[in-house]
Amino acid sequence: MHIANGIISGPVSAAFIVIAVAGLAVCVTKAKTDLDDRLAPMAGLVAAFIFAVQMLNFQVLPGVSGHLLGGTLAVILVGPWVGALCVATVLIVQCLLFADGGLTAIGLNVTNMALIGTAAAYLLVAALLRILPRNVGGLGATAFIASIVGVVVASMGFVLEYSLGGTTELSLGAIAGTMAGVHVLIGIGEGLIAATTVMTVARVRPDLVYALRHFRTASTQAVTA
Amino acid sequence: MSKKLFIVGGLLVALLLAGVVSSFASGSPDGLDYAAREGCTVNAEGEITGGTCMAQQEGEHQLGDSPLADYGIKGINNEYLSTGLSGILGVLVTFGIGGGLFWLLRRRSSTPAP
Repeated sequence: MHIANGIISGPVSAAFIVIAVAGLAVCVTKAKTDLDDRLAPMAGLVAAFIFAVQMLNFQVLPGVSGHLLGGTLAVILVGPWVGALCVATVLIVQCLLFADGGLTAIGLNVTNMALIGTAAAYLLVAALLRILPRNVGGLGATAFIASIVGVVVASMGFVLEYSLGGTTELSLGAIAGTMAGVHVLIGIGEGLIAATTVMTVARVRPDLVYALRHFRTASTQAVTA
Repeated sequence: MSKKLFIVGGLLVALLLAGVVSSFASGSPDGLDYAAREGCTVNAEGEITGGTCMAQQEGEHQLGDSPLADYGIKGINNEYLSTGLSGILGVLVTFGIGGGLFWLLRRRSSTPAP
């Protein structure tokens, strides 16, 4: 879901660079309290893993593909603040080294995928882990549902930006409908990948899953010290 | 499994995905690119030939001529090799930049790390 140059007007793109920088600055401040010797290397791995999986476009309809955005995966494994920074790192590397996602659109892309998508995923993960069983299966279901919602909400970020600075006069309703429709399908794909990944980590090293350490309910307070 | 082993194992999985599996990924436009071209007619190269759509004013990437542009390595003609090596490089660069940044930002514990 990388926006290319010229789709959103210059002034709106510039405004979103400011928004993205402000959002990332908040994430850096908050991430500092989360990051310790255990989380830092894990966060580097999550960023590298998201980069790799973003290369794997899967077919969702004839002539349409999609790839994981990574917000949900990152929230569950390293938390919302560090997670947003992981996705942003990937987007910046892709833009600067691989010419993927326009340079002037970098603020739009960071806002949609690193900030909006990750925030939506975080709210869903935090809510779902209160109701679903706190085991490998519950974590997988959480990842699956939060991925679908996170991807669709991120795609609505684009629709909002297009309503503010779209360079061609088009029906917003039709754009929103197409975007939501294909991104539900992409979200299902992302959900399967994210669920498989977090379930694997939860089986091998449950102590490295941020969501199991920090998103705790009263009844599970005693699980980890 | 020790944490170090876990990180190394995870990196190997990422390298395998970006280095090998990536060559078999779908080449179709992604959801946004598809939506952006809806209403326009495009030729075999994906260039817009007519109609009205979001991508009409789409511009070239400023760094479109960079050596790794579009997930390939300039000068390597074998597609599998070009895509795979660019993916491996991307994973290592992302791990280096991300990991380095997070390492610098981390809370220093009172006891030095082993």
